[in-house]
Amino acid sequence: MKISFTINGQPKTVETDGNTPLLWVIRDVLDLKGTKFGCGKAACGACTIHVDGNAVRSCSYAAKFAEGKNVTTIEGLSDGEQLHPVQQAWVEEIVPQCGYCQPGFIMATAALLNKTPNPSDDDIDKNIVNICRCATYYRMRKAIHRAAEIQSNNS
Amino acid sequence: MSNSEPKKKKRKFSRRKFLVRSSIGLGVLIGTGYLSRHLIRRYLADFANTAEPPYMGNIDDPNIWFEVLEDNQIILYSSKVEMGQGTFTGLAQIAADELEVDIQQLKVKHAPSASGNIDQFSTGGSTSISSLWQPLRELAATLREMIKQEAAKQLGVDIAALKVSKGMVSANGKSLSYGEVVKKVSEWKIPKTPPLKDIKSYQYVGNPVPRVDLLDKVKGAPIFGMDASMPDMLYASVIRSSLIDTKMENADISKAAEMPDVVKVIQEPDFIGVIATSMTAAENAKKAIKVNWSTNRTWQQQDIEDKIQVGKGSPVTIQKQGNSKSILENSEEVISSEYKSPIGAHAQLEPNGALAHVKDGKATIYMSTQVIKITQDEVAERLGIKSKDVNIVPTFLGGGFGRRLHTPNAMQAAVMSKAVGKPIKCFFNRKEEFQNDTFRPPTHHVLKAKLKDGKIEAMEHNVSSGDVAFGSALVPRIAEPLMGADLGAWRGGMINYSKIPNYRAISWRVKLPFATSWWRSLGLLANTFAIESFMDELAITAKQDPIQFRLDQIGDDERGSRLKGVIIAARDKAGWKDGVLPNGRAMGFAASVDANTPCAHVVEVSVENKKIKVHKVTCAIDPGLAINPDQIRAQSEGCIIMGMSAAMFEKMTVKDNKLSPTIYGPYKMAMMKDAPKEIDVVILESTGKPGAVGEPPLGPIGAAIANAVFRITGQRLRAMPLELA
Repeated sequence: MKISFTINGQPKTVETDGNTPLLWVIRDVLDLKGTKFGCGKAACGACTIHVDGNAVRSCSYAAKFAEGKNVTTIEGLSDGEQLHPVQQAWVEEIVPQCGYCQPGFIMATAALLNKTPNPSDDDIDKNIVNICRCATYYRMRKAIHRAAEIQSNNS
Repeated sequence: MSNSEPKKKKRKFSRRKFLVRSSIGLGVLIGTGYLSRHLIRRYLADFANTAEPPYMGNIDDPNIWFEVLEDNQIILYSSKVEMGQGTFTGLAQIAADELEVDIQQLKVKHAPSASGNIDQFSTGGSTSISSLWQPLRELAATLREMIKQEAAKQLGVDIAALKVSKGMVSANGKSLSYGEVVKKVSEWKIPKTPPLKDIKSYQYVGNPVPRVDLLDKVKGAPIFGMDASMPDMLYASVIRSSLIDTKMENADISKAAEMPDVVKVIQEPDFIGVIATSMTAAENAKKAIKVNWSTNRTWQQQDIEDKIQVGKGSPVTIQKQGNSKSILENSEEVISSEYKSPIGAHAQLEPNGALAHVKDGKATIYMSTQVIKITQDEVAERLGIKSKDVNIVPTFLGGGFGRRLHTPNAMQAAVMSKAVGKPIKCFFNRKEEFQNDTFRPPTHHVLKAKLKDGKIEAMEHNVSSGDVAFGSALVPRIAEPLMGADLGAWRGGMINYSKIPNYRAISWRVKLPFATSWWRSLGLLANTFAIESFMDELAITAKQDPIQFRLDQIGDDERGSRLKGVIIAARDKAGWKDGVLPNGRAMGFAASVDANTPCAHVVEVSVENKKIKVHKVTCAIDPGLAINPDQIRAQSEGCIIMGMSAAMFEKMTVKDNKLSPTIYGPYKMAMMKDAPKEIDVVILESTGKPGAVGEPPLGPIGAAIANAVFRITGQRLRAMPLELA
């Protein structure tokens, strides 16, 4: 079937089986590799993207549901060269190790900050439930607080 | 740079040194009789415990390590892979200082095997920076000298008049960039390595330089094996035996082969490959294949537990001082405890897989691997071609942790690519990733000791474990009969309290019916859990402060002094207090030495509703010269939380030949909510050269937590994952 949606500000129409996970459409049809495959069962969060501003685990989100929606991936999170506040905070705190899960965490954090601009530690524990095997959680928490600060200074 | 003159040079840190040292072991063995086999095995164990593995690869030719571009960018081709441990950043720092370039000018890339810059061993064992510290400085200094020699000719000045800074060579008011110098040279001579610079003069080494891969990793750049693609590429999914002791008898592939978008289904003796135009199509077609499996017997968790028992399998004494055996056998006041650790999964986020293109008798493989040489040789053997005709192009790894020391996915992708004449990308789904893991083996430990006047008079550690190093392509087959005890299984299993007059460590080797292998820090986590929990039990029995109790029994040699150094540093930085604190929390302590790097943790823990919460960890580590203090901190933080995860949550179990769970969530791991909110890392630098960092801080965490929990609850938890009754 034909599915039309906006991805990172660009309107796109793809021809695919509607039940194909959106993750594979993003990675293999649209060639945006920043969104990662981790488990295929929405259990790890490596594939987290935004659909109409909400964090969504794209490995378990059928492509047909994207029809008419506004999709953002890590490649479209920032405006051009300027890093998004979450990415900027991640750089300042030198968070990534292997880096594979980091786009998912960054997207989950950006979505959290849209709803909760100044999250408490408890908000972070409840909402940032992705998995990082390098276990960079300690720096991520610091980076999330720092991102909230950068975002509020910017606005 | 091209047409370089090959040049053979003798270098201090060549592979030969290792072979010479190893051959001492062999020589002793050949020259002695059967009776002293135990001595030889102890000698080899001691050697394996303290050896500093040298770099095994070409360190004579700067041309395969560096490429100077016209715009004065310099590419450093690394034969070590980047899997999060920060090696690329450390190598860039080391190279930039000797090259006299701005680190921004340097770009670190993985060296494809076709370049000839191949590490013959692996990226593992926390050895990348320590083994390349000397050779890479020499290579970079040699390249700088080569550029200076050419610049002197081009500028018409004496080489002594040249000044070098930030990738520019200048004299008499004239200057050239390295790129400009290199552009005009068609043939290089490799000079003698110039004297290295004073470490104190380095601008980057010793400083918390940000990771060189930071921007790529926060922007989601396509740098991983999973991200590799080629035009005309097809996708494949593989069926192979994922049950214990089970073989594929036959399969009906006819239905799958007819499905839309399926290109071909191939049957090999060890796997079935489904090739399709998309990963989803390949996965769907796989479900339509009916396989008949045959099983030798049924395996349950209890069968595994029955095997992993001290007293079963074959024992080797890996460490001995005095005569602990007769003291412990002839005393009625022996204190004894048993400890256990479970089967652990690697659970790295990027699944194993490969992109292979086999064409005209040559293969190109893009993938995440820790063993470029082994991957290359295995693909060559499977395809019946020469190793030099297989180009392994390593990518960034979405986690390593030892999981990518075993890479059959490369062979499978290559076989399928050959079958259809197109590039094939195949990778595990998560269930397959868990089921086909090469697991951390379960362990069983028996600790015994006798106290005398508040000190340990005799102590023994017996550890039973499945294999770690034996059976791996990384370890020569000869090691098994020579050493008897698996050097990976007993890693961390020796007793570090050398003032104890009588002690022994004994390793029991058990063959398990499923694949067990290297898991970050190998046996260190489980062995330290057992020994350091037991030390706490002994201190409590002796009514002593557990830290002072340890300090009193550590030797005064260099190894002992460095261990005491981190123990004291952690104690003082944490403000150590024994017993329950006024807020109901308690501290716990443990220490270990791994790959010659001592590390000590003080944890602060609370218990609520039978749930253990780790609030703060103070870590002291002495890796020697700190190339990048920030990355040493990052590795310590990661090791601490990964170790907590293994100690508190993780376990695989066997039921009806099946290892499970096979998905995150049910395979419980530490997450954001579990991570301590405070981690304080103290770095000591007691030696002038860099040592191991990426694994040592994993050692003490399990025992430190269990020791704190005992103070709060009175429950001595002797099995990981730690669960309160």
